[in-house]
Amino acid sequence: MTTMTLAKALNSGLRAAMEEDPKVLVMGEDVGKLGGVFRVTDGLAKDFGEQRVLDTPLSESGIIGTAVGLAIRGFRPVCEIQFDGFVFPGYDQIVSQLAKMRFRSQGKVPMPVVVRIPFGGGIGAVEHHSESPESLFAHVAGLRVVACSNPDDAHWMIRQAVASDDPVIFFEPKRRYWEKGEVSESAPAPLGSSRVLRSGTDVTVACYGPLVKTCLDAAAAASSEGRSLEVIDLRSLSPLDLGPVFDSVRRTGRLVVASEAPPESSVTSEVAARVQEECFHSLEAPVLRVTGFDTPYPPSRLEEDFLPDLDRVLDGVDRALEY
Amino acid sequence: MSRPQSWVPTDPRSAPTREHVLSGLKGTDEGGAELVQLLTPEGVRVPDERFDGWAADVGVEELKGYYRDMVLVRRFDREGNALQRQGQLGIWVPLLGQEAAQIGAGRALTPRDMAFPSYREHGVAWTRGIDPTELLGIFRGTDHGSWDPIEARFHLYTIVIGNQCLNATGYAMGQRFEGRVGGDTESDEATMCFFGDGATSQGDVHEGFVWAAAYDAPVVFYCQNNQWAISVPLERQTRVPLYQRARGYGFPGVRVDGNDVLACLAVSRWALEECRTGNGPVLVEAFTYRMDAHTTSDDPSRYRLADELELWKLKDPIERVRVHLVRELGVEPEFFDSVQEESDELAARFRSFCLAMPTPGPERMFSEVYAELSPQLEAQQAAYLEYHASFSEEAS
Repeated sequence: MTTMTLAKALNSGLRAAMEEDPKVLVMGEDVGKLGGVFRVTDGLAKDFGEQRVLDTPLSESGIIGTAVGLAIRGFRPVCEIQFDGFVFPGYDQIVSQLAKMRFRSQGKVPMPVVVRIPFGGGIGAVEHHSESPESLFAHVAGLRVVACSNPDDAHWMIRQAVASDDPVIFFEPKRRYWEKGEVSESAPAPLGSSRVLRSGTDVTVACYGPLVKTCLDAAAAASSEGRSLEVIDLRSLSPLDLGPVFDSVRRTGRLVVASEAPPESSVTSEVAARVQEECFHSLEAPVLRVTGFDTPYPPSRLEEDFLPDLDRVLDGVDRALEY
Repeated sequence: MSRPQSWVPTDPRSAPTREHVLSGLKGTDEGGAELVQLLTPEGVRVPDERFDGWAADVGVEELKGYYRDMVLVRRFDREGNALQRQGQLGIWVPLLGQEAAQIGAGRALTPRDMAFPSYREHGVAWTRGIDPTELLGIFRGTDHGSWDPIEARFHLYTIVIGNQCLNATGYAMGQRFEGRVGGDTESDEATMCFFGDGATSQGDVHEGFVWAAAYDAPVVFYCQNNQWAISVPLERQTRVPLYQRARGYGFPGVRVDGNDVLACLAVSRWALEECRTGNGPVLVEAFTYRMDAHTTSDDPSRYRLADELELWKLKDPIERVRVHLVRELGVEPEFFDSVQEESDELAARFRSFCLAMPTPGPERMFSEVYAELSPQLEAQQAAYLEYHASFSEEAS
């Protein structure tokens, strides 16, 4: 066990992946000498050279499109998109080429590419720097979409993502980059799995990314009021691993799903739909969601209103218990 | 209140007029003198100081080979059109008129080189050893491409316009990172990326040029300018001749007569060698013409003049080689008869293969979406296959 920040845990995970396989490349804007705007790739260019840590032209479609070509050649590129709102120029290459290449070629051309995206709000940034676009990727067949929430998962999930033969869209909770936690000696769980982080009996709370800490804090607060929340970190957003959620809901009868993203046609709506399909007779209350709004991300002075916080999670829990 | 004047096409960039067509296309106006040509439309071999050396080894046998390539490719291409008309293919994308541009480039590639096609590159596929029947599944709707792109060194067809320019650049960056450039002539490699004039308006083509230049990637950007992007003429895509764009990215651009197989071969060989020796990238504009529709779903009579096609028929890529072989090299009629016969056999085989192609079962939908089928997809597959099977049980 070593204690480190989430950003450092990602850095050490990338370093380990690059040491394990010389075909692993890191590429993106400012990832070399600068070490990335969040310093996630700090020191990698110095240690692995500029041919394995590429400071690329300022061109997101180029980052993804050339990564696809490099993967055809046998490399395993790890792309960094600087901020969530900047991924869209690369979205065409992600959807049209990266996601479909294995299917199109019937397995002859795998796409072991990771696209790292710092996501979510809470850092007082200007427009396009605080978005949660994960549902736009979860909807696309052929992509794996994951979100880490703590240093342990950050370290191990990035290594598992690099080792995966499928393209992985890897979401990093940017406002948690500087929070510290312990990193285990071995992977705590497979890449595609959800994890129960706190056991409870009254209400199940499913969440991912930056809201995991919020929900764990809410569970601690609820506990002082005599309410027992079970908190599940979804981790894999596509494919979803809902087995633990179904098990939990069959015991608690109540589910709150939390996310910063707008709720319409989202990961949270998918969880709600699947839980009612699988757990209809166990539900004591409708599945409730605590989310951002169906609006563009607001100017940052309003982001505390947009982002679900501890109180809004507890409000959702209260509403679930009122039924 | 006066309304702002709406935008109307101005003369220099509007569609070719009758006068343009009769005097040669507008696209030829600039840079026409720089067009590389080794074999005129009349079948006369003309000298070219810069590129003659790159075709010096091409004797009568080689030229007969390229003639055969072009005739066979045109023949199965025509059969593809016919199969679509008869309802056997959902669509066909004809290459009629672009045989020289594709055979010249394809025959310049070594087995080590990699090629990234668009979706009209049936001639390049032929040169990579891909049997024409392997192209059928895409257009019949039984697969998205059946060959092994890694083994054939010919990527699957890319339908989203321009995407492959970045994929090819990435691949070429990989060739460079692996040290396959500028070293050993026995192992050096290059990549050739095929796209059309319409694609040059796509951001991915621009970004491909930028990235290839930034990483000295050994990639030949081979633009077949066939003058039309479905119904939109070249003048809507560009103010300058396309090959001149290369200068802005810092690498050479050459315009070659795309209907001259010898010139396309020579220029492609030069461009690929530039890349293999570390002087890439290079842009080649093969100046040609789409003699048929964009696809079998298209109707060119709605947007272009029949005179234009008549003009380009005089520049036919196959006819000029035939004339040259007969007049200058004394090739006997038996050769042409035998190629014709071979092409008919190929077309018959192409047709019978198409008619016998099985439709895949519904399990194909779920195959290779991921390296490992997720429990979610597994459940969807199981449920649908059970539903599907319930009908066949009823029928039996």
